[in-house]
Amino acid sequence: MLTRRSMLLATSAAAALPGALVAAPARAATPPGVIVFARQIDDIISLDPHEAFEYSASEMSANVYQKLVTTPNANPTEITGELAEKWEVSDDNKSFTFTLREGPKFASGQPVTAEDVAWSLHRVVAMNKSPAFIINQFGFTKDNVADRIKATGPRTVVLTTAEPTAPSFLLYCLSAAVGSIVEKAVVAPKATGDDWGNAWLKQNSAGSGPYALRQFRASESLMLDANPHSNVTAKTKRIVIRHMPDPSAQLLGVRQGDIDIARNLGADQIGQIQSDGRFTIQPSRKASLLYLSLNQKNANLAKPEVRQAIKWAIDYAAIQKNIVPTTYAVHQSFLPEGFPGALTDHPFSQKVDEAKALLAKAGLPNGFEVSFDFFSGAPISDIAQVVQANLALIGIRTRMLPGEMRAVITKTRSRQHDIALLRWGSDYFDPHSNAEAFSMNPDNGDDARNRTLAWRAGWDIPELTRRTAAAVKEVDSAKRAQTYLEIQKEHQQVSPFVIMLQEIEVAVSRPGVTGFDMGPMNDRNYYHNIVKA
Amino acid sequence: MKSDGELQAELMPPEGEQHAAPPPVQGMARRARPSAAWLRLRGILSNLASVPITLFGLAVVTFFIGRVVPIDPVLAIVGDRAPQDVVDRARLELGLDQPLYIQFWRYLGQIVHGDLGRSVMTSNPVTQDIARFLPATFELATLAIIIAVAIGVPLGVWAATQQGKLVDQAVRLFCLAGHSLPVFVLGLLSLLLFYATLGWAPGPGRQSIYFDGMVDVHTGILTIDSLIAGDWPAFWDALAHLAQPAGVLAFFSLAYIARMTRAFMLAELKSEYVTTARAKGLSSARIVWRHAFGNILVPLVTVLAMTYAGLLEGAVLTETIFSWPGLGQYLTVSLLNADMNAVLGATLVVGLIYVALNLLADMLYRLLDPRVK
Repeated sequence: MLTRRSMLLATSAAAALPGALVAAPARAATPPGVIVFARQIDDIISLDPHEAFEYSASEMSANVYQKLVTTPNANPTEITGELAEKWEVSDDNKSFTFTLREGPKFASGQPVTAEDVAWSLHRVVAMNKSPAFIINQFGFTKDNVADRIKATGPRTVVLTTAEPTAPSFLLYCLSAAVGSIVEKAVVAPKATGDDWGNAWLKQNSAGSGPYALRQFRASESLMLDANPHSNVTAKTKRIVIRHMPDPSAQLLGVRQGDIDIARNLGADQIGQIQSDGRFTIQPSRKASLLYLSLNQKNANLAKPEVRQAIKWAIDYAAIQKNIVPTTYAVHQSFLPEGFPGALTDHPFSQKVDEAKALLAKAGLPNGFEVSFDFFSGAPISDIAQVVQANLALIGIRTRMLPGEMRAVITKTRSRQHDIALLRWGSDYFDPHSNAEAFSMNPDNGDDARNRTLAWRAGWDIPELTRRTAAAVKEVDSAKRAQTYLEIQKEHQQVSPFVIMLQEIEVAVSRPGVTGFDMGPMNDRNYYHNIVKA
Repeated sequence: MKSDGELQAELMPPEGEQHAAPPPVQGMARRARPSAAWLRLRGILSNLASVPITLFGLAVVTFFIGRVVPIDPVLAIVGDRAPQDVVDRARLELGLDQPLYIQFWRYLGQIVHGDLGRSVMTSNPVTQDIARFLPATFELATLAIIIAVAIGVPLGVWAATQQGKLVDQAVRLFCLAGHSLPVFVLGLLSLLLFYATLGWAPGPGRQSIYFDGMVDVHTGILTIDSLIAGDWPAFWDALAHLAQPAGVLAFFSLAYIARMTRAFMLAELKSEYVTTARAKGLSSARIVWRHAFGNILVPLVTVLAMTYAGLLEGAVLTETIFSWPGLGQYLTVSLLNADMNAVLGATLVVGLIYVALNLLADMLYRLLDPRVK
């Protein structure tokens, strides 16, 4: 037989192999002049600011490109010039004249001209990618845009809208990532066919922001270097965003000092790191809502009392406190807190007896059964289970249908659900973005063109649609905000949407890392002031 | 001295079996050798012939499963917010308005020309994506299988020779742990211990940011690329990053390998020829390693090949925990986004790997099987 000694020798030699490999020392800090983020960046499909709509890509746009106007995070409802020094509105509210600032320069060193601005906006309209509707909704089309958006001088651009337009509405829309200005002289020569340089700009950059894209490797890393010519100074020369899909790994990384700022920690991990006390925990309310959509094609859910009953059945406070204490806040209206005109009342809380009485009034004292679609990942699935238990208390029995996020969305887009737990992020920083989604449904037919969230819930609301459409035309900003408040108050009571929570994005920084400026949207998260001690 | 072939011809009785072999090609000596070689070749050829059929089957199944997944592929491209005309245009561009069989026919036409289409998620050609993600997985899987074989096989043999004794029990417990502990638990524990607590190993990722983009890409395998560049610090960094995930995967695989080796060895060690060999006074090392082990090589090679193939498919959980940009992550993210070109492309590549390793195992049998000699 084999001797024990020879076997031991053989196996221990083999076992020593991995041991020898891990002997290289781990480093305790990120290199000087570099800030390292840990983040899930596999949502990036394109880095072209006129095509990108995903969180990670919008955030990159904010740091690589500049827009005509923007909103400061200190006071998000105020509109300030970014590339524009000033703007004038004609008396009929149809013509908007922007005068550009002197000073902004692209990464190539060339100044930003009116021609770049006009060409960039033409590009948005002509390419007509997903976010183009934000600009197109002012009546621009491929055929008229050359006349309607014009550089009339080296520093002057004139936009002419089809209808009289509320200035705040147009300006907020221009402040979205899709309003980013790209350098014509760099992008135009890269065009292949009629793609306006889209294939190239998907993985490169040509902006005037404080950073320029150095390297992008999908599902691996994104690297930005300071743009030395920008009028906004980047305090740290390089930003590295490493794709780390696992939140626990992000937590370990920030603890070990290999990561400066972790972006995707869940409530559990934040709880752990809070107890440590050394790390900076930076919460920021995001324009993202978690809500139930009650399909009106279901005869039971279509009864007004049933919709009310469900709103009174859910224990919002318990869900927030027990499942998502740091990453969501209770919110019950369609405009997220931080938006102009947002309604911040929470009229609903769990009142089981009232909810039961409402069901009885609807002729359903013994409840009924419905299907319930939701995303199977944390923390959504945990929230869905509490909702199920809450609804069971008043006799509504739910068939749980967990699924992939896109599968749930696909189902609600074809109005096949009964109840669905969904997330909605605003497309741009203007009340109309959510107002249109939640309270407009111009055509409730099955083959409608405009499939808003209200359409997806089969909610036919000609009157509310008319009022919401009127609100966007109100030129007086204060009056406009007031109109939205009124619409939300009614909507909150009657709509088939049980708006429950608003997302809070939390960034956790290593000790000594400061200056990350976070706003209500991902295209308002800025890196240029980040420094580390 | 006689060559192998001549020896074989001498030993081989002139039975009907030999006549069944095809007539030797003109000009070849009338010995047993060409016919044996022909048989071998024919085996390999028939295996090769099954490759396209296997791949075709794989393409059919994946394609149709992909189309019945309840996710709208247009959603991945244009997002949830796009107006209806953008959605319609994307649907048209994808050819989704066509009947399924036409879509499939078009797709087949594409892959025959080596075009796997474009991935929606990365907007790169799928072949380019795979060329980037596969080397990462290959690097991980290869080191893992080397460690697993180096430890698992001797461990299995050892346990078999000590059947029922303490060593055997210990090995069994070890294997049970490796096989039943979920790999993500193992991965997180390993990170917690070696990275966070002891500080021996670097954190997740393929390399430290110091070295990010420093080494030119030749093979996409970082350890090899840094060697080509002669950049030793980058090599040690890449190797250190590789050690932990490879160790975790190796533990997982070696448990299976050791168990199978032990079972094969036990069967052999009970055979009569082992008793005979012992009676003749052969040394135990010779009996175990030369005779018994020699005989289990054929089934063992199958186990190893399939384990390796399984690793090459990409280990999603390990890759996720260690932020390893490999095929497993790519495939999963693509699947969850109904990115069908990417899913089909990656599945075909994985299928190809299985088929290739099967072929390799087949060829190895012919070399290892004592009866073929």
